[in-house]
Amino acid sequence: MFSTTDTVIHPPGTATKEREPATYVWPAAGLTEVPDWIYTSQVIYDREVERIFHGSTWNYVALEAEIPKANDFVRSWIGPTPVVVARDADGSVHVFENRCAHRGVEFCRHSRGNNAEFVCPYHQWTYDMRGDLQGVPFRRGMKGEADSGMPRDFNPAQHGLHKMKVARRHGVVFASFDHDMEPLETYLGEEIVHDFDVLFKGRQLRILGYYRNELPGNWKLYHENLKDPYHATLLHSFLVTFGLMVAGSKSAMIADPSGRHGTMASAKPADVTKVVDASTASQMRAYRTDLKLEDPRFIDFVPEFDSPWTVTMQTIWPNLIVQRELNTLGVRQIVPNGPNSMIMNWTMFGFDTDTEEMTRHRLRQGNLMGPAGFLGLEDNEAIKFLQEGVRRSPTEVGILKLGGTTEGTATTLVTESAIRSMYRQYREVMGL
Amino acid sequence: MMIPGYEQTALDPRAALEARFEVEAFHASYCHMLDTGDLVNWVDFFDEECTYVVTGRENAEAGLPVGLIYAEGRGMIRDRAYAVKHTQMYAPRYMMHTVSNVLVLRASADEIRSVSNYLLLQTLVEGRTTIHQAGRYYDTFVRRAGALLIRERRCVYDSDLIANDLVFPV
Ligand SMILES: [Fe+2]
Repeated sequence: MFSTTDTVIHPPGTATKEREPATYVWPAAGLTEVPDWIYTSQVIYDREVERIFHGSTWNYVALEAEIPKANDFVRSWIGPTPVVVARDADGSVHVFENRCAHRGVEFCRHSRGNNAEFVCPYHQWTYDMRGDLQGVPFRRGMKGEADSGMPRDFNPAQHGLHKMKVARRHGVVFASFDHDMEPLETYLGEEIVHDFDVLFKGRQLRILGYYRNELPGNWKLYHENLKDPYHATLLHSFLVTFGLMVAGSKSAMIADPSGRHGTMASAKPADVTKVVDASTASQMRAYRTDLKLEDPRFIDFVPEFDSPWTVTMQTIWPNLIVQRELNTLGVRQIVPNGPNSMIMNWTMFGFDTDTEEMTRHRLRQGNLMGPAGFLGLEDNEAIKFLQEGVRRSPTEVGILKLGGTTEGTATTLVTESAIRSMYRQYREVMGL
Repeated sequence: MMIPGYEQTALDPRAALEARFEVEAFHASYCHMLDTGDLVNWVDFFDEECTYVVTGRENAEAGLPVGLIYAEGRGMIRDRAYAVKHTQMYAPRYMMHTVSNVLVLRASADEIRSVSNYLLLQTLVEGRTTIHQAGRYYDTFVRRAGALLIRERRCVYDSDLIANDLVFPV
């Protein structure tokens, strides 16, 4: 496990919510209650890696714009498992475990680069950009020496790197451990494909840079956060103070039929005062009409998409967030890191048609998101607080009762329906 | 060279030493202000036309422009100070900067360029003190009424994997 700090404190005298596997039974109340152990148990975490990340899911691994040329590669992850994403000379994209087939060395150590082959540093086994084994030093042994080298029947074709099934859509690369995986579009469903395509279809991306952070919370909390429109106008005073989003804004929480993916969508109000009546205002402590930014350019929206929404945040199960927050665009890869931690890999981008001024607009607007963003940092703090709460108190369940027992797509912000639908399919996959 | 424009130039040793004292004095007051939590006056260290970017070394070396914090002009600096102070929710914490290895790269009557190492320590109220960032300030100062102001400050951190978030400016 990675750890930047011991930010999750485990005080003496607090029992972990670890128990015998047979006693992991979901509360009788059903989806309106969430047991704490799904966030804290190593047993559950291990099952998630096996059944979800290594199971029948499409995992985001890279953007094609990061590997535009033959022999380009990036390091990536599927769940906690390190992989390499490589482009071969014919333009095809391959994903394989970052683990030498010989002794298991994690051979690729650079975040990105270009090479025609991968050489494991330990014993110089070499692999091509498809992950096939090309060479084993001293395979035939030392001349004239008995029992030297590989056995005669050693077949390099059977000792390539562990390969994943790959799917690409408009420059976004996904991979799966399951070689019988359904097509990506079927997996995503129409609703999710629609808003995904609004952003990516027909665009050439220009990478603007990366952020990485360790978030001391369970990986599912990030999905919950972006399936939880209720928190947006309550936690994020900045949104409300500066009129980007208020209770009463045109918005929707869209889920796919399976319930695992989601799109949280909203439209920036042209005139906040027309949206907010007195009773709504009293529910939002941060609502102010007197404050103005000194440089309001950075919350401007420059129309560039065929969509009624100025913001869509997509949660694509199990490891991708697609961010279209006004004009600041990016993807976030969730790398689970044990039950109490996750790594977030952020890739921010624009389009190759952007003017210099548009690029700068995106960079300025980037102050909203990321680990130092006015919205991003509060979510990280809130998720950390939640993790500490569920780890450190003897209480056992949280509740999800907003919007009753509805599941899936909702047109109100004041609901937890998309979280409930996520946990319906989670329970099926996990056998809980 | 990681950032174009920050190459070492030939300098008169006496002038370099004088510039170094000035930059060190600047760092001391800048860091003191941030470390005591005085965000309101943080803006006074910047020139009207300024750039302030906090970014990872990987981005800087690849010439990728993104910033964890990215501000153009003093207005954006003031807005960030206001937003952090009045709109943000975060666990209470103390920050401490230590700055060393101040290296003057260029010095003239009205401009100094330098690079300095910084360590940013973070202490969460219930935790131990941790190194939140190890990085370098790439600075361009201009002289206004005798005092140095930031024309450009690029805070480039080696510590690629950020512990949760960065609440306060660097
Ligand atoms: Fe949020």
